[in-house]
Amino acid sequence: MATQAATSSSDFIKNLGKMYGTYTGGFLAFILFLAILEQVGVPNRILGYLFVFFTLAVYAIIGVMTRTAQVSEYYVAGRRVPAFYNGMATGADWMSAASFVGMAGTLFLLGYDGLAWVLGWTGGFVLVSILIGPYLRKFGAYTVPDFLSFRYGGNFARFLGVIVLVACSFTYVTAQIYGTGLIASRFLGMQFEVAVFAGLVGILLCAMLGGMRAVTWTQIAQYVVLIIAYLTPIVILSIKKYGIPIPELTYGQAIADITAREQQMLATGLATAAALKPHIQPFINYSPLNFFAIIMCMMVGTASLPHILMRYFTTPSVREARQSVAWSLLFIFLLYFSAPAYAAFSKLEVYTNIIGRDLSAIRPWLFTWGELGLIQICGKNATNIDAIIAACKAVAGHPGVVRLQDFVINTDVIVLSTPEIAGLPYVISGLVAAGGLAAALSTADGLLLAIANALSHDIYYKMIDPNAPTMRRLTVARALLVGVAVIAAATAATKPADILAMVGWAFSLAMAGNFPALVMGVWWKRTTAAGAICGIIAGFGLCLFYLVTTRYFPGAGVKYFGMTSLTNPLTGAPLVDIAKAMALPNAMESFPTLAHPLANKVGWFDLTNIACGLLGAPLGFLVIYIVSKLGREPSREMQAYVDDIRRPRGRTVLEEKTT
Amino acid sequence: MTDQTNLKEREVAHWAKTSRLMFTHLAIWFFFGFIIHMFVVPLNRIIIPVLGFPLGFYMAAQGSLIVFVVMLFMFAKQQDKIDREFDFAEDD
Repeated sequence: MATQAATSSSDFIKNLGKMYGTYTGGFLAFILFLAILEQVGVPNRILGYLFVFFTLAVYAIIGVMTRTAQVSEYYVAGRRVPAFYNGMATGADWMSAASFVGMAGTLFLLGYDGLAWVLGWTGGFVLVSILIGPYLRKFGAYTVPDFLSFRYGGNFARFLGVIVLVACSFTYVTAQIYGTGLIASRFLGMQFEVAVFAGLVGILLCAMLGGMRAVTWTQIAQYVVLIIAYLTPIVILSIKKYGIPIPELTYGQAIADITAREQQMLATGLATAAALKPHIQPFINYSPLNFFAIIMCMMVGTASLPHILMRYFTTPSVREARQSVAWSLLFIFLLYFSAPAYAAFSKLEVYTNIIGRDLSAIRPWLFTWGELGLIQICGKNATNIDAIIAACKAVAGHPGVVRLQDFVINTDVIVLSTPEIAGLPYVISGLVAAGGLAAALSTADGLLLAIANALSHDIYYKMIDPNAPTMRRLTVARALLVGVAVIAAATAATKPADILAMVGWAFSLAMAGNFPALVMGVWWKRTTAAGAICGIIAGFGLCLFYLVTTRYFPGAGVKYFGMTSLTNPLTGAPLVDIAKAMALPNAMESFPTLAHPLANKVGWFDLTNIACGLLGAPLGFLVIYIVSKLGREPSREMQAYVDDIRRPRGRTVLEEKTT
Repeated sequence: MTDQTNLKEREVAHWAKTSRLMFTHLAIWFFFGFIIHMFVVPLNRIIIPVLGFPLGFYMAAQGSLIVFVVMLFMFAKQQDKIDREFDFAEDD
């Protein structure tokens, strides 16, 4: 029986290339089929629905086919996912709605400074590979708190690990479900709340029956969809503009054109120096300190996020775990080095074909987005030509052509509108929507699984009922998965205001809470349980305190903790007049809205709260070092275990009871 | 007993080499993640021929990313070599 299962599973691995090759070919054929349907006159709305439902159905079928009743399959996909495929799955796990839809828009708005996110969200994989990932693979954990518990003396460390994990993953998963709702509501015209719960069903179909095993094989399918969707429009655009299908090389020309056009706009009065942020000029949106702080926090956060680390628990060996990190970054790189090209092409289009154009000659692709309130001209939604002309007439001294300061675009539009800018058929827009959905769903799957696994494995099985039989463990795991998913969807449906900032916070919280304890646990044998526990509490506590105070209690931060206003990176002037703001009647208000003059605008050392990990993590390292030195050296046995973790050969340190 | 001391020695030597590799890669990572971008303003005065990118912008948008990817494939190879040298590598 066992050998039979082993042969059939090795056949499965051998056939992966054929299976996913066929799948990719099938997907391309499906796109062509829809393109033909469009030509014969099938309406756009139907095409959009076909795209979304076809892809969702494929993920669901994979999810159901890979269902499992084995614990090790459920938690770590049986540890037999080859490096290459695990890399692809990690790519999908990693790239969220924010990467797919938001990244290019951020680069459009911030120019060079936006590259802090591109750097921060790629370089962290270097740390994953050299410092943490392969060692956790050798250790043989199911979850990150598993390691903390083993290395640092039991359930208290485990519990802290679970708190950090839930704190950083929950806000993140909420943002993904929100992203699903946004894409579905925009492309399918569903109501936002309905779309959120429709997305939820998609996520659960993938993850519930098969846990990590099912999530792995669907994430690979989702990666294929998302990367094809991201690259297709921009490759076509590059061919149209420059005749070369490699937009990553041709957009250098676009940047040169943008810079020339910026000068021209200033000279002809189409832009004021205040409204124009030169695309390649650094440090006008972030001060150098914040630019590098964001890079550091995103990188170190990458190496601390449980849903990423646990992907490397699924490889057959430590060696493959390392190779797998390299493949992951290669697959992520394909999207991230294309994002600046999107930004540059869109910016050139806006600067040359919108700015400076007579109001009556605006190109019509704008109006689709204007109707949704995503593009504004002269302060009003750009719904049609008459509305724009009326709005601009109301502006004193308006010259009748669009000026840079008249034009406001929501960052999400950049990727979504590129097919229209390039004049491509609707089928490409539908493809982009399917890609965005794949990005959001795959990340949500990984995060939900990380949270539910921590609750079912760490809290329920390890702390509450260590004798629970397999069936009950898996039932509890699935019930918790559904529970967490529903709570996250309900939170997303309320459209919380801070949702996008929260993704940045998740990285800093993970960095402050996990990084010092994980790194020291592997790299310094002398680290004691007391040291690590104090370090996690101090580092995570400080980071959380800084976030919560600057965002939700800014008045108290100023009054009691000596916080001052952040400054404008270009002029060095304070963002808010603290004395004046503190005199307002609502200055000490707690949980203020984002309109509060102090919210997110105060802090220490002029450090933005997204980068609070930069305060927490060094404190964590320091506390771990000092407290460890004060205490007695860890037992000989524990030190031998650490040696064992460092050697790839041999059995895993932790042997889970699987039946 | 000799096996034990032998193992201990191999462990120490293996870890010394592993640590050295780690610090080397950490230094490269820090250089391409941070140091080089501190010089973005002077680097932007250099325009890459043919492609037209200002070099400072290019490094943040693509250059450093390419270095990270190449680095990771190299690291996987180098660490595996060290593991094999001390006979700590897993069976193929």
